[in-house]
Amino acid sequence: MIAKRSVLTDEMVAKIEALAPRYPNRQALTLPALHIVNAELRHVPLEAVAEIAAILGLAPAEVQDTLSFYQFFYQEKPHGTVRAFVCRSISCALRGGDQLLEHLCHANDIRPYGTTADGSLTIEPAECLGACDFAPCILANDDLLMNMTPDTATAALKQPRAKAT
Amino acid sequence: MQPFKPVLLEAVGVSDGYTLTSYKSRGGYAPLETTLSEKQPADVVEMVKASGLRGRGGAGFSTGLKWTFLPKDHPGPIYLCINADESEPGTFNNRILMEDDPHQVIEGIILSAYATRASTAYLYLRYEYPRSWHRLQAAIDEAYAAGYLGSNIRGSGFSLELYLHRGAAAYICGEETGLIESLEGKRAWPRIKPPFPAIEGLFRKPTVVNNIETMACVAQIARRGVDWFKSIGVPADPANPRDPGSYGPKLYCLSGHVEKPGCYEAPLGITARELIDHFGGGVWKGRRAKAVIPGGISMGLMTESELDTPLDFAGPGKVGCLGLGTAAVVVIDETVSIVDFLHNSCRFFAHESCGQCTPCREGTSWSLRLLERIKAGRGRLKDLDILLEIGSTMGMMPGSTICGLADGAAWPIKNAIKKFRGEFEDTIKRTNPSGWMVTDPVPALPIVGAH
Repeated sequence: MIAKRSVLTDEMVAKIEALAPRYPNRQALTLPALHIVNAELRHVPLEAVAEIAAILGLAPAEVQDTLSFYQFFYQEKPHGTVRAFVCRSISCALRGGDQLLEHLCHANDIRPYGTTADGSLTIEPAECLGACDFAPCILANDDLLMNMTPDTATAALKQPRAKAT
Repeated sequence: MQPFKPVLLEAVGVSDGYTLTSYKSRGGYAPLETTLSEKQPADVVEMVKASGLRGRGGAGFSTGLKWTFLPKDHPGPIYLCINADESEPGTFNNRILMEDDPHQVIEGIILSAYATRASTAYLYLRYEYPRSWHRLQAAIDEAYAAGYLGSNIRGSGFSLELYLHRGAAAYICGEETGLIESLEGKRAWPRIKPPFPAIEGLFRKPTVVNNIETMACVAQIARRGVDWFKSIGVPADPANPRDPGSYGPKLYCLSGHVEKPGCYEAPLGITARELIDHFGGGVWKGRRAKAVIPGGISMGLMTESELDTPLDFAGPGKVGCLGLGTAAVVVIDETVSIVDFLHNSCRFFAHESCGQCTPCREGTSWSLRLLERIKAGRGRLKDLDILLEIGSTMGMMPGSTICGLADGAAWPIKNAIKKFRGEFEDTIKRTNPSGWMVTDPVPALPIVGAH
């Protein structure tokens, strides 16, 4: 059967299939597949969930069940081209993490988890990014921004950046 | 303090320390070749058992003993999972090892897979570590090319495939059965035990789950020997037959209000005060510490007067903390409100509770709502008793949850209120002068989103 797909590209499917020999069943490909789609589309719409399920031989609900657990994958619309995780856990909070988050949301006129009108930036609070030696810190796509202040963070988030892998 | 030369961190500061060439020049992979050609898997298990190595991920269970729980003569497959879902607030030692010396970790993984007869190993890496991901993948590629991974490793007949698998930002994936469920493509709900993973784990097969730092320790034990490892740390207490001792070097993550935050290697048993003063340059801005987290936020709090507690596996428990945990020491200075600290802790656990067990899902969420109410100036003294009741009833220790996340959520609550009750009471009375004494029920507060 040749499945008709509207969201997943042949390239995405090839990337997913390339990982198949690593696992003894296809359900284990769920999270890698979600990451592959998300890396390209910056969200995983419901159509993609159904198409991933069809490829993996699962019910769409099984993929959606896993996806919804993580609160990591956007579904309704893509996150910004830069997705900035601002750490608010204890080591960053002790050095101004909460204030940093508040400042950045204010400066960009968005609420936490919001995306700027031009789609360039999404700001999310994050739990410990594991970079407490550089607190307060931000993960912007694949780049760790260290020892941030409101001013340096505002400037850094205006920079163009490679997409997250 | 005795001078101590870093071993696990010897590649830190070496410009190309993460490459295969650099690792081999430091003596790496030679112990693996010797082991594969001269030793049986059982010898490696015995070596690690004899070393007294206890798992570095948080629970501190004997690594060698964990391996012996695997069924004998199992037809296979047996899986090895490496837990790199390091998410405990304050903890970053695994990140340093993966970024600065990935081959040390990989050698430990190959040795551990040989010992456990695993032919497939999955390294479960948290999403937030893209740099570790790239460094590890490059190192794995190098190791395959050099014949340290793949089929028939260095002509020994032993084969191992090592795969990276990425998480998606959920703390619960660090719980070993949560990790297994996540790897299988499901929501990361921890499993009821027994059966333990050693009997029925990943894909329903016998499985061992070990931490990154544990793997690095295995590599160093193979290189330097059991006697070297046992010469470091705190010997078993002869008066306590159940104490297995705290042997070996340990990576301590120091952060918060210190002059020089960082990951420092020291013998197990260094005190929090030595760590802060010797490595951290003291509490920042010349201030005093009000409280110190001994090993990640789950472990609770030590007061300033408890800072001479040795940070070995038995130490923090003697001052009412949950344990050594991940040995992530976070310093909180005298200017911080303990109410703010506890609010931050409760917010973390309310967000990260997986929602499977009612006492944890509701307990973490309600404790956050109580703290929010106190911070909003509507706290009552009775709230402290309610918080303590929540803290003493959720978790594996009271027996109400499947995994230990709730114990970790409960400990900061119990420690903070028991050790700083006066400050909580003063704050409540000061911010709610007309209502702090009220004990009538209040309407439900908004629900908190969680995993």
